[in-house]
Amino acid sequence: MKITVASGKGGTGKTTIAVALAVSLAEAARQNNGRPTAPLFLDCDIEAPNAHLFLKPDLKERKQVGVLIPQIDETRCTHCGKCAEVCQYHAVAVLGKKTLVFPQLCHGCGSCAQNCPEGAIREVLNPLGTLEAGITPAGIRFGHGRLNVGEPMAVPVIRQLKRWIQPKPGQALIVDASPGASCSVVEAARGSDFLLLVSEPTPFGLHDLKLAAEVAREMAIPAGVVLNRYDSAAQNTRPVDQVENYCRAEKLPVLARIPFQREIAAGIAQGKTLIEIHPEFTSLFAGIAEQIALMIEPARASTPDVEGEFHRIGR
Amino acid sequence: MKVLITTAAPDIGASIDPRFGRAASFLVVDTETGEWQALDNPALHSSGGAGIQAAQIASLNGCAAVISVEFGPNAFDALHAADIKMYQFGSAGSVEETLKRFKAGQLQQVGQPTSPGHHGG
Repeated sequence: MKITVASGKGGTGKTTIAVALAVSLAEAARQNNGRPTAPLFLDCDIEAPNAHLFLKPDLKERKQVGVLIPQIDETRCTHCGKCAEVCQYHAVAVLGKKTLVFPQLCHGCGSCAQNCPEGAIREVLNPLGTLEAGITPAGIRFGHGRLNVGEPMAVPVIRQLKRWIQPKPGQALIVDASPGASCSVVEAARGSDFLLLVSEPTPFGLHDLKLAAEVAREMAIPAGVVLNRYDSAAQNTRPVDQVENYCRAEKLPVLARIPFQREIAAGIAQGKTLIEIHPEFTSLFAGIAEQIALMIEPARASTPDVEGEFHRIGR
Repeated sequence: MKVLITTAAPDIGASIDPRFGRAASFLVVDTETGEWQALDNPALHSSGGAGIQAAQIASLNGCAAVISVEFGPNAFDALHAADIKMYQFGSAGSVEETLKRFKAGQLQQVGQPTSPGHHGG
Protein backbone atom coordinates (compact mmCIF):
# COMPACT_ATOMS: atom_id res chain seq x y z
CA MET A 1 0.00 0.00 0.00
CA LYS A 2 1.60 3.23 -1.19
CA ILE A 3 -0.15 6.42 -0.06
CA THR A 4 0.88 9.95 -1.00
CA VAL A 5 -0.47 12.77 1.12
CA ALA A 6 -0.99 15.98 -0.88
CA SER A 7 -3.18 19.06 -0.53
CA GLY A 8 -2.74 21.78 -3.05
CA LYS A 9 -2.87 24.57 -0.48
CA GLY A 10 0.02 24.77 1.95
CA GLY A 11 -0.54 24.54 5.68
CA THR A 12 -3.68 22.41 5.58
CA GLY A 13 -2.08 19.65 7.65
CA LYS A 14 -0.42 17.23 5.20
CA THR A 15 2.40 16.40 7.57
CA THR A 16 0.04 16.21 10.57
CA ILE A 17 -2.15 13.66 8.77
CA ALA A 18 0.71 11.73 7.14
CA VAL A 19 2.55 11.40 10.46
CA ALA A 20 -0.59 10.31 12.34
CA LEU A 21 -1.31 7.70 9.68
CA ALA A 22 2.24 6.33 9.90
CA VAL A 23 2.15 6.26 13.72
CA SER A 24 -1.17 4.42 13.75
CA LEU A 25 0.11 1.83 11.25
CA ALA A 26 3.27 1.35 13.34
CA GLU A 27 1.15 0.93 16.48
CA ALA A 28 -1.05 -1.65 14.72
CA ALA A 29 2.08 -3.53 13.65
CA ARG A 30 3.48 -3.45 17.20
CA GLN A 31 0.26 -4.85 18.64
CA ASN A 32 0.32 -7.60 16.04
CA ASN A 33 3.90 -8.77 16.72
CA GLY A 34 5.39 -6.68 13.92
CA ARG A 35 3.15 -7.96 11.12
CA PRO A 36 2.91 -6.31 8.74
CA THR A 37 6.14 -4.35 9.18
CA ALA A 38 5.91 -0.80 10.46
CA PRO A 39 5.57 1.61 7.50
CA LEU A 40 8.20 3.49 5.56
CA PHE A 41 7.75 7.26 5.69
CA LEU A 42 9.28 9.51 3.04
CA ASP A 43 9.12 13.26 3.48
CA CYS A 44 9.22 14.44 -0.14
CA ASP A 45 8.54 18.07 0.74
CA ILE A 46 12.22 18.68 0.18
CA GLU A 47 12.03 22.46 0.08
CA ALA A 48 10.81 22.49 3.68
CA PRO A 49 10.91 19.01 5.21
CA ASN A 50 9.41 18.97 8.71
CA ALA A 51 8.04 15.46 9.41
CA HIS A 52 11.25 14.62 11.31
CA LEU A 53 10.23 17.17 13.95
CA PHE A 54 7.29 14.91 14.85
CA LEU A 55 8.63 11.42 14.12
CA LYS A 56 12.10 12.17 15.58
CA PRO A 57 14.12 9.65 13.55
CA ASP A 58 17.75 8.90 14.31
CA LEU A 59 19.15 10.12 10.95
CA LYS A 60 22.28 8.01 10.57
CA GLU A 61 22.45 7.59 6.81
CA ARG A 62 23.28 10.48 4.51
CA LYS A 63 23.78 10.84 0.78
CA GLN A 64 24.51 13.80 -1.49
CA VAL A 65 22.49 13.87 -4.72
CA GLY A 66 22.27 16.00 -7.82
CA VAL A 67 22.15 15.88 -11.59
CA LEU A 68 24.93 15.27 -14.08
CA ILE A 69 25.63 18.49 -15.93
CA PRO A 70 27.87 19.07 -18.95
CA GLN A 71 31.40 20.32 -18.60
CA ILE A 72 32.84 21.65 -21.84
CA ASP A 73 36.40 20.86 -22.87
CA GLU A 74 37.22 24.15 -24.63
CA THR A 75 40.30 22.60 -26.29
CA ARG A 76 38.05 20.19 -28.21
CA CYS A 77 34.88 22.28 -28.65
CA THR A 78 34.42 23.63 -32.18
CA HIS A 79 31.32 25.67 -31.19
CA CYS A 80 29.26 23.79 -33.75
CA GLY A 81 26.12 24.36 -31.67
CA LYS A 82 24.85 20.77 -31.69
CA CYS A 83 24.63 20.66 -27.87
CA ALA A 84 22.58 23.88 -27.71
CA GLU A 85 20.32 22.62 -30.49
CA VAL A 86 19.45 19.34 -28.73
CA CYS A 87 18.99 20.88 -25.25
CA GLN A 88 15.28 21.29 -24.60
CA TYR A 89 15.92 23.51 -21.58
CA HIS A 90 18.39 26.00 -23.08
CA ALA A 91 20.88 24.98 -20.44
CA VAL A 92 23.67 25.07 -23.02
CA ALA A 93 24.21 28.05 -25.29
CA VAL A 94 26.77 28.54 -28.03
CA LEU A 95 27.51 32.20 -28.53
CA GLY A 96 30.15 32.90 -31.12
CA LYS A 97 33.33 31.30 -29.82
CA LYS A 98 31.97 30.47 -26.40
CA THR A 99 29.88 27.57 -25.12
CA LEU A 100 28.07 28.39 -21.89
CA VAL A 101 26.41 26.01 -19.43
CA PHE A 102 23.55 27.17 -17.17
CA PRO A 103 23.52 24.56 -14.39
CA GLN A 104 20.20 25.70 -12.87
CA LEU A 105 18.35 24.98 -16.11
CA CYS A 106 19.96 21.56 -16.68
CA HIS A 107 17.72 18.53 -16.10
CA GLY A 108 20.63 16.13 -16.47
CA CYS A 109 19.26 14.27 -19.50
CA GLY A 110 22.70 13.88 -21.07
CA SER A 111 21.58 14.67 -24.63
CA CYS A 112 24.35 17.26 -25.12
CA ALA A 113 27.11 14.79 -24.23
CA GLN A 114 25.63 12.04 -26.39
CA ASN A 115 25.28 14.31 -29.40
CA CYS A 116 28.62 16.12 -29.22
CA PRO A 117 30.52 15.15 -32.40
CA GLU A 118 33.85 16.13 -30.83
CA GLY A 119 33.52 14.24 -27.55
CA ALA A 120 34.10 17.59 -25.85
CA ILE A 121 31.45 17.17 -23.14
CA ARG A 122 32.09 15.38 -19.89
CA GLU A 123 29.28 15.00 -17.34
CA VAL A 124 29.98 16.06 -13.78
CA LEU A 125 27.77 15.95 -10.70
CA ASN A 126 26.05 19.20 -9.81
CA PRO A 127 24.96 18.71 -6.17
CA LEU A 128 21.34 19.74 -5.57
CA GLY A 129 20.61 18.40 -2.12
CA THR A 130 21.09 15.84 0.59
CA LEU A 131 19.12 12.73 1.51
CA GLU A 132 18.94 11.46 5.10
CA ALA A 133 17.46 8.31 6.56
CA GLY A 134 17.01 6.49 9.84
CA ILE A 135 14.59 4.75 12.17
CA THR A 136 12.11 6.52 14.47
CA PRO A 137 11.56 5.47 18.12
CA ALA A 138 8.20 3.99 17.01
CA GLY A 139 10.04 1.73 14.55
CA ILE A 140 9.10 3.64 11.41
CA ARG A 141 11.73 3.62 8.66
CA PHE A 142 12.17 7.26 7.73
CA GLY A 143 13.75 9.19 4.88
CA HIS A 144 13.74 12.77 3.71
CA GLY A 145 15.49 15.06 1.27
CA ARG A 146 16.74 18.57 1.65
CA LEU A 147 17.16 20.80 -1.38
CA ASN A 148 20.18 23.10 -1.25
CA VAL A 149 19.27 26.74 -0.69
CA GLY A 150 18.89 28.60 -3.99
CA GLU A 151 18.40 25.50 -6.14
CA PRO A 152 15.20 25.71 -8.18
CA MET A 153 14.89 22.07 -9.21
CA ALA A 154 13.29 19.71 -6.69
CA VAL A 155 12.29 16.79 -8.90
CA PRO A 156 15.68 15.06 -9.24
CA VAL A 157 16.13 15.05 -5.45
CA ILE A 158 12.63 13.63 -4.85
CA ARG A 159 13.20 10.97 -7.51
CA GLN A 160 16.49 9.92 -5.97
CA LEU A 161 15.03 9.81 -2.46
CA LYS A 162 12.30 7.44 -3.64
CA ARG A 163 14.86 5.28 -5.39
CA TRP A 164 17.27 5.28 -2.44
CA ILE A 165 14.77 3.93 0.11
CA GLN A 166 12.06 1.64 -1.16
CA PRO A 167 9.41 -0.20 0.82
CA LYS A 168 9.99 -3.87 1.52
CA PRO A 169 7.34 -6.33 0.28
CA GLY A 170 4.26 -5.91 2.47
CA GLN A 171 5.53 -2.68 3.99
CA ALA A 172 3.21 0.33 3.63
CA LEU A 173 4.69 3.53 2.22
CA ILE A 174 3.52 6.97 3.33
CA VAL A 175 4.79 9.85 1.19
CA ASP A 176 4.42 13.41 2.43
CA ALA A 177 4.31 15.62 -0.68
CA SER A 178 4.96 19.33 -1.02
CA PRO A 179 2.11 21.80 -1.37
CA GLY A 180 0.98 22.82 -4.83
CA ALA A 181 0.04 20.75 -7.85
CA SER A 182 3.19 20.95 -9.96
CA CYS A 183 6.15 18.73 -10.84
CA SER A 184 7.27 18.11 -7.24
CA VAL A 185 3.86 16.77 -6.25
CA VAL A 186 3.60 14.64 -9.39
CA GLU A 187 7.05 13.16 -8.74
CA ALA A 188 6.16 12.44 -5.10
CA ALA A 189 2.87 10.78 -6.10
CA ARG A 190 4.31 8.76 -8.98
CA GLY A 191 3.84 5.04 -8.34
CA SER A 192 1.38 5.58 -5.47
CA ASP A 193 -1.78 3.50 -5.11
CA PHE A 194 -3.71 6.28 -3.41
CA LEU A 195 -3.64 10.06 -3.08
CA LEU A 196 -4.84 11.30 0.29
CA LEU A 197 -5.82 14.95 -0.13
CA VAL A 198 -5.81 17.04 3.01
CA SER A 199 -7.95 20.15 2.80
CA GLU A 200 -9.59 22.66 5.05
CA PRO A 201 -13.05 24.19 4.72
CA THR A 202 -11.92 27.60 3.45
CA PRO A 203 -12.24 29.12 -0.03
CA PHE A 204 -8.48 28.74 -0.55
CA GLY A 205 -8.50 25.16 0.71
CA LEU A 206 -11.30 24.26 -1.69
CA HIS A 207 -9.72 26.08 -4.63
CA ASP A 208 -6.47 24.16 -4.28
CA LEU A 209 -8.21 20.87 -3.44
CA LYS A 210 -9.71 21.05 -6.92
CA LEU A 211 -6.22 21.40 -8.43
CA ALA A 212 -4.88 18.49 -6.38
CA ALA A 213 -7.89 16.34 -7.31
CA GLU A 214 -7.13 17.10 -10.95
CA VAL A 215 -3.57 15.80 -10.47
CA ALA A 216 -5.04 12.56 -9.08
CA ARG A 217 -7.39 12.26 -12.03
CA GLU A 218 -4.65 13.01 -14.56
CA MET A 219 -2.36 10.40 -12.96
CA ALA A 220 -5.25 7.92 -12.67
CA ILE A 221 -4.63 7.45 -8.94
CA PRO A 222 -7.69 6.89 -6.70
CA ALA A 223 -8.11 9.70 -4.19
CA GLY A 224 -9.89 10.53 -0.95
CA VAL A 225 -10.08 13.56 1.30
CA VAL A 226 -9.35 14.36 4.93
CA LEU A 227 -10.93 17.63 6.02
CA ASN A 228 -8.81 19.30 8.66
CA ARG A 229 -9.75 22.22 10.93
CA TYR A 230 -13.32 21.12 10.53
CA ASP A 231 -15.49 23.49 12.53
CA SER A 232 -18.95 21.97 12.60
CA ALA A 233 -20.11 24.57 15.11
CA ALA A 234 -19.02 27.50 12.96
CA GLN A 235 -21.47 30.35 12.58
CA ASN A 236 -20.73 30.55 8.89
CA THR A 237 -21.30 27.04 7.55
CA ARG A 238 -20.86 28.06 3.92
CA PRO A 239 -17.19 27.02 3.49
CA VAL A 240 -17.95 23.65 5.09
CA ASP A 241 -20.97 23.12 2.85
CA GLN A 242 -19.04 24.11 -0.25
CA VAL A 243 -16.19 21.67 0.30
CA GLU A 244 -18.58 18.86 1.30
CA ASN A 245 -20.70 19.50 -1.80
CA TYR A 246 -17.63 19.51 -4.01
CA CYS A 247 -16.42 16.16 -2.63
CA ARG A 248 -19.88 14.65 -3.04
CA ALA A 249 -20.23 15.92 -6.62
CA GLU A 250 -16.76 14.69 -7.58
CA LYS A 251 -17.27 11.34 -5.79
CA LEU A 252 -14.23 12.04 -3.61
CA PRO A 253 -14.84 10.14 -0.37
CA VAL A 254 -14.27 12.18 2.80
CA LEU A 255 -12.36 9.69 4.95
CA ALA A 256 -12.14 11.80 8.10
CA ARG A 257 -12.99 15.19 9.56
CA ILE A 258 -10.44 16.49 12.07
CA PRO A 259 -11.91 19.04 14.47
CA PHE A 260 -10.69 22.62 14.68
CA GLN A 261 -9.28 22.71 18.21
CA ARG A 262 -6.88 24.92 20.09
CA GLU A 263 -5.33 21.96 21.91
CA ILE A 264 -4.38 20.33 18.57
CA ALA A 265 -2.64 23.51 17.41
CA ALA A 266 -0.84 23.83 20.75
CA GLY A 267 0.28 20.18 20.65
CA ILE A 268 1.55 20.45 17.06
CA ALA A 269 3.50 23.56 18.04
CA GLN A 270 5.24 21.42 20.68
CA GLY A 271 6.19 18.75 18.16
CA LYS A 272 3.51 16.26 19.23
CA THR A 273 1.76 14.01 16.74
CA LEU A 274 -2.01 14.03 16.46
CA ILE A 275 -2.00 10.57 18.08
CA GLU A 276 -0.03 11.87 21.07
CA ILE A 277 -2.46 14.77 21.46
CA HIS A 278 -5.53 12.56 21.02
CA PRO A 279 -4.67 8.86 21.64
CA GLU A 280 -8.27 7.99 20.77
CA PHE A 281 -7.51 9.04 17.15
CA THR A 282 -5.51 5.80 16.69
CA SER A 283 -8.65 3.96 15.65
CA LEU A 284 -9.75 6.86 13.43
CA PHE A 285 -6.49 6.62 11.47
CA ALA A 286 -6.56 2.82 11.43
CA GLY A 287 -10.02 3.25 9.89
CA ILE A 288 -8.63 5.62 7.22
CA ALA A 289 -5.99 3.01 6.30
CA GLU A 290 -8.66 0.31 6.09
CA GLN A 291 -10.88 2.42 3.84
CA ILE A 292 -7.92 3.19 1.57
CA ALA A 293 -7.00 -0.50 1.33
CA LEU A 294 -10.54 -1.24 0.17
CA MET A 295 -10.45 1.48 -2.47
CA ILE A 296 -7.16 0.46 -4.05
CA GLU A 297 -7.78 -1.79 -6.99
CA PRO A 298 -5.94 -5.08 -6.53
CA ALA A 299 -4.45 -4.80 -10.04
CA ARG A 300 -2.97 -1.42 -9.38
CA ALA A 301 -1.18 -2.59 -6.26
CA SER A 302 1.05 -4.81 -8.38
CA THR A 303 1.75 -2.26 -11.14
CA PRO A 304 5.44 -1.37 -11.19
CA ASP A 305 6.40 2.25 -10.73
CA VAL A 306 6.53 4.26 -13.92
CA GLU A 307 9.91 5.89 -14.30
CA GLY A 308 10.32 9.59 -14.97
CA GLU A 309 10.47 10.67 -18.57
CA PHE A 310 14.08 11.79 -18.22
CA HIS A 311 15.26 8.62 -16.58
CA ARG A 312 18.15 6.91 -18.30
CA ILE A 313 19.51 3.47 -17.53
CA GLY A 314 22.01 3.67 -14.71
CA ARG A 315 20.86 7.03 -13.38
CA MET B 1 25.81 47.35 -37.54
CA LYS B 2 22.91 45.07 -36.71
CA VAL B 3 20.79 45.51 -33.60
CA LEU B 4 18.01 43.36 -32.18
CA ILE B 5 14.97 45.19 -30.80
CA THR B 6 12.22 43.46 -28.81
CA THR B 7 8.80 44.31 -30.27
CA ALA B 8 5.14 43.56 -29.60
CA ALA B 9 4.51 42.52 -33.23
CA PRO B 10 6.69 41.35 -36.16
CA ASP B 11 6.77 44.72 -37.95
CA ILE B 12 8.92 47.86 -38.14
CA GLY B 13 5.89 49.91 -37.12
CA ALA B 14 5.18 47.80 -34.03
CA SER B 15 5.38 49.10 -30.51
CA ILE B 16 8.25 47.98 -28.31
CA ASP B 17 8.08 45.02 -25.90
CA PRO B 18 9.91 45.56 -22.60
CA ARG B 19 10.68 41.86 -22.06
CA PHE B 20 13.84 40.49 -23.60
CA GLY B 21 13.45 36.69 -23.44
CA ARG B 22 9.64 36.72 -23.53
CA ALA B 23 9.14 39.42 -26.17
CA ALA B 24 6.42 38.72 -28.72
CA SER B 25 8.91 39.20 -31.56
CA PHE B 26 12.39 40.33 -32.44
CA LEU B 27 13.27 42.92 -35.02
CA VAL B 28 16.79 42.73 -36.45
CA VAL B 29 17.68 46.08 -38.00
CA ASP B 30 20.76 47.12 -39.93
CA THR B 31 21.43 50.63 -38.68
CA GLU B 32 23.35 51.65 -41.83
CA THR B 33 21.00 50.43 -44.55
CA GLY B 34 17.76 50.48 -42.59
CA GLU B 35 17.01 46.93 -43.73
CA TRP B 36 15.01 44.96 -41.21
CA GLN B 37 13.84 41.44 -40.57
CA ALA B 38 11.14 40.35 -38.09
CA LEU B 39 11.54 37.06 -36.22
CA ASP B 40 9.03 35.19 -34.11
CA ASN B 41 10.20 34.38 -30.60
CA PRO B 42 10.30 30.58 -30.42
CA ALA B 43 10.72 30.72 -26.62
CA LEU B 44 7.57 32.76 -25.99
CA HIS B 45 5.83 29.81 -24.35
CA SER B 46 8.80 27.66 -23.30
CA SER B 47 9.07 26.82 -19.63
CA GLY B 48 12.53 28.28 -19.12
CA GLY B 49 15.70 29.55 -20.71
CA ALA B 50 13.91 32.08 -22.91
CA GLY B 51 16.52 34.79 -22.34
CA ILE B 52 19.34 32.43 -23.27
CA GLN B 53 17.59 31.47 -26.48
CA ALA B 54 16.98 35.11 -27.35
CA ALA B 55 20.68 35.80 -26.82
CA GLN B 56 21.51 32.96 -29.18
CA ILE B 57 19.17 34.41 -31.80
CA ALA B 58 20.92 37.78 -31.50
CA SER B 59 24.29 36.05 -31.81
CA LEU B 60 23.28 33.89 -34.80
CA ASN B 61 21.97 36.96 -36.62
CA GLY B 62 25.21 38.80 -36.13
CA CYS B 63 23.83 41.50 -33.86
CA ALA B 64 26.33 43.70 -32.04
CA ALA B 65 23.69 45.14 -29.72
CA VAL B 66 20.24 44.39 -28.33
CA ILE B 67 17.66 46.91 -27.13
CA SER B 68 14.98 45.98 -24.58
CA VAL B 69 14.16 46.75 -20.93
CA GLU B 70 14.25 43.60 -18.84
CA PHE B 71 17.38 41.49 -19.06
CA GLY B 72 17.40 38.56 -16.62
CA PRO B 73 20.62 37.14 -15.16
CA ASN B 74 20.88 34.27 -17.67
CA ALA B 75 20.24 36.53 -20.64
CA PHE B 76 22.78 38.99 -19.28
CA ASP B 77 25.46 36.28 -18.90
CA ALA B 78 24.80 34.90 -22.38
CA LEU B 79 24.85 38.31 -24.08
CA HIS B 80 27.93 39.31 -22.13
CA ALA B 81 29.71 36.12 -23.21
CA ALA B 82 28.76 36.77 -26.82
CA ASP B 83 30.09 40.33 -26.52
CA ILE B 84 26.72 41.79 -27.45
CA LYS B 85 25.98 45.15 -25.85
CA MET B 86 22.67 45.71 -24.04
CA TYR B 87 20.67 48.95 -24.14
CA GLN B 88 17.35 50.10 -22.70
CA PHE B 89 14.59 51.95 -24.55
CA GLY B 90 14.33 54.66 -21.95
CA SER B 91 11.50 56.96 -23.03
CA ALA B 92 11.52 55.74 -26.63
CA GLY B 93 8.15 54.18 -27.46
CA SER B 94 8.52 53.22 -31.11
CA VAL B 95 11.10 51.38 -33.16
CA GLU B 96 11.76 54.50 -35.22
CA GLU B 97 12.46 56.64 -32.18
CA THR B 98 14.55 53.88 -30.61
CA LEU B 99 16.77 53.69 -33.68
CA LYS B 100 17.13 57.46 -33.85
CA ARG B 101 18.22 57.65 -30.22
CA PHE B 102 20.44 54.59 -30.53
CA LYS B 103 22.32 56.16 -33.46
CA ALA B 104 22.65 59.40 -31.52
CA GLY B 105 24.14 57.47 -28.60
CA GLN B 106 21.29 58.50 -26.31
CA LEU B 107 20.23 55.07 -25.04
CA GLN B 108 21.32 53.84 -21.65
CA GLN B 109 23.72 50.89 -21.75
CA VAL B 110 23.08 48.06 -19.30
CA GLY B 111 25.92 46.89 -17.07
CA GLN B 112 24.07 44.36 -14.95
CA PRO B 113 20.85 42.25 -15.04
CA THR B 114 17.78 44.46 -14.86
CA SER B 115 15.25 41.84 -13.76
CA PRO B 116 15.53 39.09 -11.14
CA GLY B 117 14.97 36.23 -13.58
CA HIS B 118 12.37 33.53 -13.38
CA HIS B 119 12.11 29.83 -13.06
CA GLY B 120 9.38 28.04 -14.94
CA GLY B 121 9.60 24.82 -12.92
